[in-house]
Amino acid sequence: MLDVRDVSLSFDGHPVLQRAALQVPTGDVVALLGPSGAGKSSLLRVIAGLLVPDTGTVWLDGREVTHVPPHQRHIGLMFQNEQLFPHLDVAANIGFGLRMQGATKTAIATRVEELLTVVGLQGFGQRRVAHLSGGEAKRVALARALAPRPAVLLLDEPLTGLDRELHDRLALDLASILRSTVTAAVLVTHDHDEAATVADRTVVLGADMT
Amino acid sequence: MPALGALPIAGLAVFYAWPFATLLGRVLRPSSIGDTLHSPGIGRAIWFTCWQALVSTVLTMAVGFAPAYVLARYRFRGRRAALAIVTVPFMLPTVVVGAAFLALLPDGWHGTAAAVVLAHVFFNVAVMVRLVGAMWAVLPTDLTAVARTLGASPGQVLRHVVLPLLRPALYAAASVVFIFTFTSFGVVKLLGGAKHSTIEVEIARRATQLGDIDGAAVLSVVQLIVLAVVVWWSARWQRRAQHTFTAGHSTRRPRSRSERRGVALVMAITVAAMVAPIAVMTARSFRTSSGWSLTPWRTLGANEVRPGISLGVDPLGSLAVSLRYAALATVISVVFGGLAALTIASARRHGRLLDAGLLLPLGTSAVTIGLGMLITFDTGPFDWRAAWWLPPVGHALVAIPFVVRSLLPTLSSIGADQRLAAVTLGASPLRAWWEVEVRRLPAPLLSAAGFAAAISLGEFGATTFLTRSGRDSMPIAIDRLLGRTGAVPHAQAFALATVLFVLTAAVVAVADRQEADDARRA
Repeated sequence: MLDVRDVSLSFDGHPVLQRAALQVPTGDVVALLGPSGAGKSSLLRVIAGLLVPDTGTVWLDGREVTHVPPHQRHIGLMFQNEQLFPHLDVAANIGFGLRMQGATKTAIATRVEELLTVVGLQGFGQRRVAHLSGGEAKRVALARALAPRPAVLLLDEPLTGLDRELHDRLALDLASILRSTVTAAVLVTHDHDEAATVADRTVVLGADMT
Repeated sequence: MPALGALPIAGLAVFYAWPFATLLGRVLRPSSIGDTLHSPGIGRAIWFTCWQALVSTVLTMAVGFAPAYVLARYRFRGRRAALAIVTVPFMLPTVVVGAAFLALLPDGWHGTAAAVVLAHVFFNVAVMVRLVGAMWAVLPTDLTAVARTLGASPGQVLRHVVLPLLRPALYAAASVVFIFTFTSFGVVKLLGGAKHSTIEVEIARRATQLGDIDGAAVLSVVQLIVLAVVVWWSARWQRRAQHTFTAGHSTRRPRSRSERRGVALVMAITVAAMVAPIAVMTARSFRTSSGWSLTPWRTLGANEVRPGISLGVDPLGSLAVSLRYAALATVISVVFGGLAALTIASARRHGRLLDAGLLLPLGTSAVTIGLGMLITFDTGPFDWRAAWWLPPVGHALVAIPFVVRSLLPTLSSIGADQRLAAVTLGASPLRAWWEVEVRRLPAPLLSAAGFAAAISLGEFGATTFLTRSGRDSMPIAIDRLLGRTGAVPHAQAFALATVLFVLTAAVVAVADRQEADDARRA
């Protein structure tokens, strides 16, 4: 269960978030909509621990994590531009989180194979990330975020930049993958159809959020 | 425009290729190679050259890491000034840096390897800040953010993400620092004392003190081979380590209080370390055995310490000589470099050959250039050793590659399209060339002239061979004064080095500003 309470944040004196609140029960997928500049991405960064709010708190499964550094939070994050590690191949990208935790080589290899199957990229392990197509790169980024089994998965416009057909196919895939693997997820998007396909419910940032 | 290219090619042939061929002729005798490599002191010089270069490089990388990071990632008040202060040492004459560290370090340190290494680090931190910082500044912050959310601690992010991605810049910086410290001359000559000499210093010692020209020639070729291997190797490594990522723009203000403190601390230490040697040197120019005094400055114009006792060095005279050399060297290198750049830009394929030819002197150490000229222009109608214009020609040879480098970007950005556009608008081809290319040049030319003047003012390696007593340039005069005993000559050396520092810094500042203006206009 993710619980964001009364979070406010400003950059150089400009308010970005004002008393934002969000609750995502375990097993729920919530779509976060709102005009650009509403602070959707900033809210995700606060949840991930990449930004510390000026006021307010973030709770995860009953524990306050507002000041816990990102690497100790167990929250997965997927950016719009995938941000794959260019110096690592597909398998090493997906296994990165487990390697940081000190998992054994065999454990990493098993999990990587598992996730390549989940995202439909069997046999892609040794590929260089520079040689992936846009859709493939998104699948790898999703697999990488899922690999360490995060308590919450945050998706920042994960399907933006794909052509319509690919977008719709990936949205369906994403919906089923999230259903089968993740405990809670927040999806930032501009696209109402995408929100309806992937998420259980929709929250508009700036409006009443409970 | 092939006719234009003839002049720089002829100059290159006479003043670079011919001396270099003469040098090779001296080396290609088996006896001289064997004799040199077995003569005493050689092994030690080669060993010292290698290990001090390695240690200097590793230390420079380590010391430069924090300022490179802070200047690349954070925005704060005084950032531009700090960047300028960190960059200045790199442009300083080696003799000024050597004198500054003689002034800064206690006497017990003079002549030690540690003094040499410290001065090298001071000199080269700018390379780290500029080269590695430039790449660090565009490394997307989201990439490291993703790594953090995947469970990597800040240390793990550095080790597994940041360092691997910075590798090309790290290799480039390491090879530049290694090459500079491997061929270090002025700093080692002043600070290394009798026990520590690099190959470069040994070349000069053999040629000018022992008269062992063959030995000097062998050493300079050995050095050239080592440098070629290092350059080739590092280019290969850099290519292999290259990864494509979308460049981000990531400077930001420090957010938390601990971040602000960290930034302030790193910048304070860095700036203090950069300013201290020069500040202490200037202070010591006012210091004689009887306390603070203006005497060293007042006597700069006097050739005699006491009536009838000559010092053999004319400090103020050397200022005039240096200014004259710099003026001539600047004119030569701007004319030749300008013509060469125009030729390279308009004759694309053959131009590249000329470009590479002009870079050769850059790869050849200054001492080697000086030595080559010394042994070539010594007979017959070409006995130019006593010609007053020979040192500035040597300086120009060192400066021309820089001039070409700073002009080429402007010229090649113009491109054929604009020339074609001018022709379709009714200009004759010659007129088009004049209007589109030549008229674009004055601003970058001025900045190129500034760098050429700075190089000439501080040139020490080639000048050591080409100088004639009574016509010493400032670096030579500073070196001579530091070789004398007594507090006054040393204070005078520090005074003269302060003057040279101010001159160089002023010239570089003007050139730099011109360049910044160009960048803004572009």
